Amino acid sequence: MPTLSRRHPAAIALLLMLGLLVTGTAYAAVAPKQAQASVTAADSVASGKKLFIANCATCHGANGLGINEVGPSLAGVGAASVDFQMGTGRMPMTEPGVQAKSGGMVKFSDEEISDIAAYVASLGPGPAVPDSEYTDASKGDPGKGGQIFRVNCAMCHNSAGAGGALTRGKDAPPVTGVTGKHIYEAMETGPQSMPVFNDANIDPESKRDVIAYLDAQQEAGNPGGNPLGGLGPVPEGLFIWTIGLGLLVGIAVWLGQKSA
Amino acid sequence: MTANTRPADALRADDAPAVAPASPGLKKVGGVAGWIDDRTGAAKGVGYLMKKVFPDHWSFMLGEIAMYSMIVCMLTGVFLTFWFDPSMAHTTYEGSYAPLQGVEMSRAYASTLDISFDVKGGLLIRQIHHWSALLFIVALSVHMLRVFFTGAFRKPRELNWIIGCVLSLLALVEGFAGYSLPDDLLSGTGLRAAQGFMVAAPVIGSYLSYGLFGGTFPGDDIIPRLYSVHILLLPALLIALFTVHIVLVALQKHTQYPGPGKTNDNVVGFPVMPVYAAKAGGFFFIVFGGIALISALVQINAVWVHGPYEPNATTAGAQPDWYMGFPDGALRLLPGFMEFETFGFTWAFPVIIGALLVIPAFYGGMMAYPFIEAWVTGDKREHHLLDRPRNVPTRTALGMAALTLYGVLMFAASNDIIAIKFGMSINDITWILRVLTFVGPVIAFWATKRICLSLQRHDRDLVLHGRETGRLERGAAGDFHEVHEPVDEQTRWTLVQHEETPPLELTSTVDANGVANKKGARKNKLRAKLHSFYFDGAVEPVSPAELEAAHHEHGHEAIESGDKISTH
Repeated sequence: MPTLSRRHPAAIALLLMLGLLVTGTAYAAVAPKQAQASVTAADSVASGKKLFIANCATCHGANGLGINEVGPSLAGVGAASVDFQMGTGRMPMTEPGVQAKSGGMVKFSDEEISDIAAYVASLGPGPAVPDSEYTDASKGDPGKGGQIFRVNCAMCHNSAGAGGALTRGKDAPPVTGVTGKHIYEAMETGPQSMPVFNDANIDPESKRDVIAYLDAQQEAGNPGGNPLGGLGPVPEGLFIWTIGLGLLVGIAVWLGQKSA
Repeated sequence: MTANTRPADALRADDAPAVAPASPGLKKVGGVAGWIDDRTGAAKGVGYLMKKVFPDHWSFMLGEIAMYSMIVCMLTGVFLTFWFDPSMAHTTYEGSYAPLQGVEMSRAYASTLDISFDVKGGLLIRQIHHWSALLFIVALSVHMLRVFFTGAFRKPRELNWIIGCVLSLLALVEGFAGYSLPDDLLSGTGLRAAQGFMVAAPVIGSYLSYGLFGGTFPGDDIIPRLYSVHILLLPALLIALFTVHIVLVALQKHTQYPGPGKTNDNVVGFPVMPVYAAKAGGFFFIVFGGIALISALVQINAVWVHGPYEPNATTAGAQPDWYMGFPDGALRLLPGFMEFETFGFTWAFPVIIGALLVIPAFYGGMMAYPFIEAWVTGDKREHHLLDRPRNVPTRTALGMAALTLYGVLMFAASNDIIAIKFGMSINDITWILRVLTFVGPVIAFWATKRICLSLQRHDRDLVLHGRETGRLERGAAGDFHEVHEPVDEQTRWTLVQHEETPPLELTSTVDANGVANKKGARKNKLRAKLHSFYFDGAVEPVSPAELEAAHHEHGHEAIESGDKISTH
């Protein structure tokens, strides 16, 4: 009688199957994200490159390394820079000038911007788009942020965030009504004439405090009435000379006509 | 009252008119007034003032606006002193303005925030105080312009003009002291600038700064010191000088605009009681109401936005209040190369000229003007009748030139705001204003003088040939001409009342012994030059003889054109 094999001939096959299953499952559990991500990132960079060549290369060069006297190299500016410049409508520039104008229309969708950001980020290491953890005004300390703002920002952007003049037609734009993410990115990347406030100057928590201060200031509004643009004594003087004096002289003329 | 309108209770000429019995209320008032008069003898003075006649014109109310806004300032200022704490002591803000909670600051700033957010009505009173301060200086400046351009500063009012100038200067200092008190970022920046101006003064600068600040900037002394100056010293001086100003107006009689029946020897108008008492009293409440309305609707000096002053911080758009704009603007226009060093001493000429000399130069010029003009014109007579600005072209043109210079400097102080609001380069604006500093006054002088002379010629034309009616008439011979309507007597009075150019009177340059006086000769030469500058191209008023001749001519015309002229 043939000895009954302790192992069924199918056992090896089964074992193999089981092994493959476990390995596959384990692989599937660990790897797919990476695989998926690398595919997306590659896709993103590729489509970002296409968008870049179509919309940005005229000034920044086909390889993103800039054209002398026309546009700067973007190697190392990072995704944050792209997200700021394009997300606030500064880029692509609509016309040449001393600086990219703020308040322009945003010409690309968030997805397109993040694709171009991914492509530009691939040109060299630079600051990434900040984590929402650090751009949430409600998590910051407005009092501390105000101190940082007054010492570092108010001399150009005005204590009310109303903006101010720089040399030769350049300006520091108003910072009211700007999203926390864009304020963070501006500090981190230093767009146009703005200096860079990196994490060694102002750490991410402090940047969030600045965002919180600006938010709290806008929240507090203008309890005294119309702020006249928040630009201080100049519009106040203009107001009293025109409307204030006009009102009272008008009444004086009226009273002067009512002789007795 | 003439005989035919004699009332029934006074049919005979010597009948005393019936006196209505005084009402019980009036009796009581009379009783109180009598009681006071018995003890003070005030009735005479009050009666004099009450019967005083003042002429009526809206431009005479500009000074009133200034006076009332000063009173509003003082009333609201008293309220603010109840809560303001003029101390540089450190504190941590715990009030209700969220963005500053937990921030360290001075007691002065914290108490200003408390007035704004935690004292009932405090913000409104603060805003009324600040708006009325701005209006005070606006109104007094426009009042000064009125006085200047109408020649109201002439004898016997030179002294009151000088008092007015001093009042205006004190108002600037008072305003600046108030601007500096809250110890916010803007006021601290202003004080820092002021300290910089002080140390620019040669030799005494640093001692001055050390003395005023009680040591190095900012120190702990400046706020309490400015507070004493702001609420005690300057208000006392302002009230004292202002009282003298008003009393002099009453004593010298108010000037009046030329017009039918108005001469240098009378005042045509209404007595204080009851007309002006009611009008001026009402106008006070209108001014107060106007300021309150503005203060309720428009925010001013939002100190909470600026944050506490720290010497290492500042804000873009840091400007002084408008009245300090002209020295600030001069400072912004003066080129930096004018600062240099000799033997280790710095000569900061941009600061010395801009911040230290501009104000004395403007005020010195204003105070000296009445005397310079009197010397040049040789006019030593009293004037109670105002000039129409066009009839004194050179004075009007000089005033416009000075005003243009002032305006250029004042606008220069807002060069950064102009740059961002009009999208211009601040460098270009600065250069344009630098050129305008020199060219602007010259253009203003020339243009104003030409306009004045043209208006005078127009007046002459109007008097001599009447108003062009635009009606064309065809004569019997088929000719066409326009009908001119002669001006009525009332209008003509105003157009011809001013004086002719006085002849140049030079003093003798030889003394009693027939020895030539060189100094006198030089003086005469200068005076002759200035006289011809002042009266250059003068258009003389229409003389009666010219009018007669014109009428004769017109009568002739009237015959030709029918009787149109006599019917209008």
